[in-house]
Amino acid sequence: MVNPNLDPRGYQPGGVPSRERRFRVTTWARANLFNSWLNAVLTLATLWLIWTVCWPLLKFLLIDAVWDGASRVDCLADRVGRDVGACWPFIGAKLPQLLYGFYPINEQWRVNLTAALGLGLLVPLLMPSLPYKTANAILFFGVYPVVGFVLLVGGMLGLEHVETRLWGGLLVTLVIAVTGIVGSLPLGILLALGRRSEMPAVRGVSIIFIEFWRGVPLITVLFFATYMLPLFLPAGWAINPLLRVMIGVMLFAAAYMAEVVRGGLQAIPRAQYEAAQALGLGYWRMMGLVILPQALKLVIPGIVNNFIGLFKDTTLVLIVAIFDLLGQLRAAFSDPNWAAPTTVATGFAFAGIIYFCFCFGMSRYALWMERRLNPADR
Amino acid sequence: MSEHGSSPVIRTTRNAVAVELSGVHKWFGEFHALDGVDLKVMRGERVVVCGPSGSGKSTMIRCINGLEMHQRGKVVVDGVELTDNLKRIDEVRREVGMVFQSLNLFPHLTVLENCTLAPIWVRHMPRREAEALAMQYLARVYIPEQAAKYPGQLSGGQQQRVAIARALCMNPKIMLFDEPTSALDPEMVKEVLDTMVELAMDGMTMIVVSHEMGFARQVANRVVFMDFGQIVESAEPEEFFSHPKHERTKLFLSQILH
Amino acid sequence: MTEPGKAAPAAPGRAMPLADPRFRSIFFQTVLIVTVLAAGYVAVINADANLRAQRIATGLGFLDHPAGFGINQTLIAYSEADSYGRVFVVGLLNTLLVSVIGIVLATIVGFVVGIARLSSNWLIARAAGAYVEVMRNLPLLFQILFWYLAVLGTLPSPRQSLSIADSIFISNRGIIVPSFAFGDGAEIVLAALMLGIGATAALGMLSRHRRRATGRPLTLWWAAVLLLVGLPLAVLAATDFPIGIERPVLRGFNFVGGVRMLPEFAALLIALVTYTGAFIAEIVRAGILSVHRSQTEAAYALGLTRGLALRLIVVPQALRLIVPPLTSQYLNLTKNSSLAVAIGYPDLFAVFAGTTLNQTGQAIEIIAITMAIYLLLSLTTSALMNWYNARMRLAER
Repeated sequence: MVNPNLDPRGYQPGGVPSRERRFRVTTWARANLFNSWLNAVLTLATLWLIWTVCWPLLKFLLIDAVWDGASRVDCLADRVGRDVGACWPFIGAKLPQLLYGFYPINEQWRVNLTAALGLGLLVPLLMPSLPYKTANAILFFGVYPVVGFVLLVGGMLGLEHVETRLWGGLLVTLVIAVTGIVGSLPLGILLALGRRSEMPAVRGVSIIFIEFWRGVPLITVLFFATYMLPLFLPAGWAINPLLRVMIGVMLFAAAYMAEVVRGGLQAIPRAQYEAAQALGLGYWRMMGLVILPQALKLVIPGIVNNFIGLFKDTTLVLIVAIFDLLGQLRAAFSDPNWAAPTTVATGFAFAGIIYFCFCFGMSRYALWMERRLNPADR
Repeated sequence: MSEHGSSPVIRTTRNAVAVELSGVHKWFGEFHALDGVDLKVMRGERVVVCGPSGSGKSTMIRCINGLEMHQRGKVVVDGVELTDNLKRIDEVRREVGMVFQSLNLFPHLTVLENCTLAPIWVRHMPRREAEALAMQYLARVYIPEQAAKYPGQLSGGQQQRVAIARALCMNPKIMLFDEPTSALDPEMVKEVLDTMVELAMDGMTMIVVSHEMGFARQVANRVVFMDFGQIVESAEPEEFFSHPKHERTKLFLSQILH
Repeated sequence: MTEPGKAAPAAPGRAMPLADPRFRSIFFQTVLIVTVLAAGYVAVINADANLRAQRIATGLGFLDHPAGFGINQTLIAYSEADSYGRVFVVGLLNTLLVSVIGIVLATIVGFVVGIARLSSNWLIARAAGAYVEVMRNLPLLFQILFWYLAVLGTLPSPRQSLSIADSIFISNRGIIVPSFAFGDGAEIVLAALMLGIGATAALGMLSRHRRRATGRPLTLWWAAVLLLVGLPLAVLAATDFPIGIERPVLRGFNFVGGVRMLPEFAALLIALVTYTGAFIAEIVRAGILSVHRSQTEAAYALGLTRGLALRLIVVPQALRLIVPPLTSQYLNLTKNSSLAVAIGYPDLFAVFAGTTLNQTGQAIEIIAITMAIYLLLSLTTSALMNWYNARMRLAER
């Protein structure tokens, strides 16, 4: 018995467009922002909060900012005759130090070349659609560190030797973070395998190592590397301060890397191990040819997140007198030539933008990769 | 507004009508999910709703206890009209039990706690009494021995029977079933349907969204076919299955009965 | 070295002993242990020689030596004549102070922001999201230095300090708030307060019992207000106000009275709270999202109100997922408080691994003790977490 009211055409998809179907800003705002008294109050409070944070920020960074100048006097309100925001000439004057430290100006092309090479190898490595991943990985993890070392340190192939105490700024930040992550990968993989080993001694040593480094703050690790490590080495072995810190960071990062890789190993189904064993592969071949390639691909987001953490943690080296970006910035604040009321805030704004762009960009990549790897999740 | 031809015409008291939907519309953004639905269900009546996926069956049944709010038209349940008023919606939900397609017992509570939760917190029943009541209904769905277990330890069919017991513990006047068997493995479908048949025999008012046509033939007073958010056809089971009036119904039945 | 039970003992010189998996396992493990021990031995020999050469004392005797330096925030009595051992305790207490306050505040910030991110109000959700992204993507040390140098460092001197209602003063010397002054008879008021808290707790238990028995709880809020606020106030008035509030007053170049929060403490605390709060917000959001919408719907369908559904169904399930990562954030906050050394807040790391190490040169002992303290905290926390997880695991088939 059909309802006589029914018009047979009525249930065709896409009938007459109704009022509710059209998108209007006012309707949207009423539904999403002002649908109850409480929500309306909260919306207004949030708007006020955004205004009080963003407007002064905008005023400081752009509207009231000073763009040209040669010294502090150009950034003094008395001289300029108005409110003074960011003192950008300060950044302009300090930029070489913030990027390279005291790396000789004539040799800075070597730093740029190293960065360009690294970027050229890393970007294709991170894009899943590009071919030759194995060759690319060998170049990046095997060849690039040697090339980078030769380029940056010099002293051979006609390149002038540049002592590491002259290094600083973003250069040091990136050198520590990149060597930390590249160096921690093999050690981390070994530790992860060790933690899943059936040999009690291997497992025990791995667990103690991992839990020890994960249990202490990075700053104690840096102090360990700076003050304690030299005592354990034979007398007369002086290690370069930057190298000491890099070793500390690497050990620390390896423990975290091991846990990331272990997560990947656990995600590989048992059947894969059994299939590899059934083919007669030994332990190392099974791991190297079958299990690790799959597991490492799964943990790319985790590795990138580790890298973000390490990149941020690199700032701690300023406490042991290594001048990374933040350390170099703090040193720049003490220049009397630029002692104006707004230079400190300007410096933080500049460094903040750099840190944010790096970390935010990488975290977006990790997120994108994560969604790509398990599309069923969302 | 016309009457539904097949429903027995008893219009004496308001209370004889359990659920009444008139001219109900509902949009999800651009999608017109309900397009002027009229449905009247009498006390003690058992209505089975079928139709292709996306036809609005679930949306309609969810509008009956306010899990979705209709945007135009009128929904009256047990003499109470559903509006934006949250108190009224809670009032209706207390009297209307619902069993969902997804197995959604509360995993952090035992089977018994799942059943006593609402009687204790909503009906303010003493714990002992609530537990006695729950055991009574668990016995009725034949799983009293599972009372102390957690939902994760039960099979899908058992979980769905607990869900029925959980709803019954509130002594509902109306029971809504939203495809209660479609998430189950085939061998578990029967145990759940049997429980529902027994419930029907006891005279419970039921609105069941289901494609189990055997069940519809056995217990339904009326079968409703929905498509594109509208009720296309509504008839007694015999009539519905043997002489479908509408082309869409015929097509649907030919697809589903094979 | 073949096993006696083996059917065909390998002929010497033919089969490689390394082909026997059991032998291989023992061989590898022996090599590993010997390597670790050898490395340790060499390190000890070297350290001994180096320490002798540099004339650095060894052992824990230095803990009894007088420290000879001052500390600008101490929770227990301390003077320059006190020992390094006491410095250690002072530092540890300062670490605990900033950690405990930081954990409480970061939890509040994290839950508020995490819930705000899930708000149906588009603007609030976006604002909370922006907060999380900014905080998570700026290094913590950057934030600490920012608050210390760019915000607190530019505040006026105490004489020109900003004041709120003439009782809170903010200057480059710190934040000064009023403190309580306790006179004779203060114990009676405190006892009344304790009594009020105890009685409220007892009433709460009674109410729960009532609910179990009859299904209806007692209506309590007015009794609680009376006991918690009314009773102490009444006793306060009856005993002629032995507890007063002491406002800070400017005398000369500095303030007298009140409680002073060091700018170092404030900068460290603000940075730790806002930074950790962002991570906690993500944990809270993920925890709540993990409770499927069908759970809430099932609760509504049973007639539970929004509040009850949240309290009985969503929160208990979300907490199982929130608590473990939340604890590791608490641990991170505690570990991160060691960054205090960069701005000179006298926490354990700054006064012990910083100043004490500088003065005594006993790097091995001091760094080992410091690491051991943090390690102890970590291991205790993860042990508690494992216990919690085992207890809270949902039963499954």
